[in-house]
Amino acid sequence: MSERAQLLLAIADDELILGWRDSEWTGIAPFLEEDVAFSSIAQNEIGHARALYELAARDLETTADELAFDRRPEDYRCSELVQLRLPEWERTIARHVLYEEADAARLRELMASDDVELAGLAAKIDREEAYHRMHAQMWADRLREEPRFAAALDELRPLIDRRDGRTPELTELWEQMTEVRRSVPGATW
Amino acid sequence: MIYEVFRQERKGQAFQHAGSIEAPDERFAEWYAREQYGRRGESTALWVVPREAVHPIEDFVDELNRNYHRVDGYPLKEKLKEARERAGTASPRNR
Amino acid sequence: MAQREDEFLEYVQSGGQVEVDDWMPDEYRARLRKFIEMHANSELMGVLPEREWILRAPTLQRKLALTAKVQDEAGHAQLIYRVVEDLGKPREQCLDDLISGKSKFHNVFHYPTKTWGDVGVIAWLVDAAAIISQKALLKCSYAPYARIMKKICWEESFHILHGRDVVLTLMLGTDDQRELVQEALNRWWGPLMQFHGNPIAPEADPMYVWRIKSQGNDEARQQFLDGYVPQIWELGLTVPDPELRKDEKTGRWHYTEPDWDELMHVVTGHGPKTADRLDLRRNARENSAWVRSVLLAA
Repeated sequence: MSERAQLLLAIADDELILGWRDSEWTGIAPFLEEDVAFSSIAQNEIGHARALYELAARDLETTADELAFDRRPEDYRCSELVQLRLPEWERTIARHVLYEEADAARLRELMASDDVELAGLAAKIDREEAYHRMHAQMWADRLREEPRFAAALDELRPLIDRRDGRTPELTELWEQMTEVRRSVPGATW
Repeated sequence: MIYEVFRQERKGQAFQHAGSIEAPDERFAEWYAREQYGRRGESTALWVVPREAVHPIEDFVDELNRNYHRVDGYPLKEKLKEARERAGTASPRNR
Repeated sequence: MAQREDEFLEYVQSGGQVEVDDWMPDEYRARLRKFIEMHANSELMGVLPEREWILRAPTLQRKLALTAKVQDEAGHAQLIYRVVEDLGKPREQCLDDLISGKSKFHNVFHYPTKTWGDVGVIAWLVDAAAIISQKALLKCSYAPYARIMKKICWEESFHILHGRDVVLTLMLGTDDQRELVQEALNRWWGPLMQFHGNPIAPEADPMYVWRIKSQGNDEARQQFLDGYVPQIWELGLTVPDPELRKDEKTGRWHYTEPDWDELMHVVTGHGPKTADRLDLRRNARENSAWVRSVLLAA
């Protein structure tokens, strides 16, 4: 697999799995206005994943859906940070803050890349992520005094750069994600 | 805090009241308004205003029928008819 | 007082609109608030049957569409609870009453969603049934509610198309996929027929008398059948009611009388998934109570 495809998949997998996790809050966020707002963030992340998969799909002669769903759990290249299921709001926001920071740095590098297509997509994604960063900052400022938030940041920070582990959470998520698809292999949904 | 949201659908149109949201402060209110009233691209612009900044006025006084500055204060039909007759310009069916 | 109430009744019956600070008879205000509160509860609970499938959506497109649909429902709940709050009942109190079972939500949200077929059938037919009621509410005498119905109807328009797209794709697929749709339809038909409520004559329905609803229950049901049974039949699906047919002379649909006892039983909190879903709401709310107090603090 080309280096380009590998890079695309790593970012796409991060965005896909994070978006999948973030979408778990739709309907049960701490209050309704935040529910609507956070769901848009989740949808943006899935949208970013889709655009990245589409680029990789051309190189790999497949489709975005096949890349997103039809690989084995051990083939995903996402960071351990995004794999965890975090049903506590302080941990979800801590992940949001940490991820946006790391992703901003990654996007800056990509926007400076010689790969024109990739740089262009990175710029589009970055324009949307600017809003995500604003949202993360807004919450971080509000939760600054909360010990559980500080604890969550400490807990999750080491996971950002860990990409070798295959957590049981990812396998469980993969099983849910692919349940319908696997029920009738090769079908159109 | 309750914030009132006004939206402009297309450039050039008037801003109209769209609804209200609850938010802890301005920053959150902006985020929530943008999502609730703009995530589908249905608005070109929004105004977000704390509810207490909006002052409703529903009482208006006009006890002595001030129709001198309204169109309904100027029924001209009769006078026009008379003037046309005097000038001999009334149309045949009006004579 | 009686005269003022008579005048108010005449006013709303001839199309008059009522704003939040206008005088209203106590009965109007009470019935109105209860009706709107039930709608808000329904949007909030309507999220839960579909949430499970957000996690299991089989393509990126379906994932995005389903998340956006459920997001809309949360948004609708927000809009409607705001209207209830401006009528004097705070959101937290509404949520207390919902979770304790004191207030109700629509029958369809008390049932399980068993397969991806349910996802299609719900988005297509349950949303269709809902949109018929919602369009009639555009003419509600209480203006703040009528106004938010415009936004709600506009957002719902993609829900039905998404549902229909899911169903059509399944019907064009394998036998197993087609069977998912028929099986889901068989389970959802009963609740769908009950959705618009028992056949009370409009003139005997206080909601219609006060022009909170502008359409009788039976009329809404007839509209639903007229619009959607042909759409169901043209796909080769069967409706699990041998009595279902349209009388060409009168233009009215005949059907097996829905089970009104079941409806009453379900909406008073005894549906197959009622307890589970209220538990989910209770737990989610308790776990995030600290967030709300932190935000209100500063």
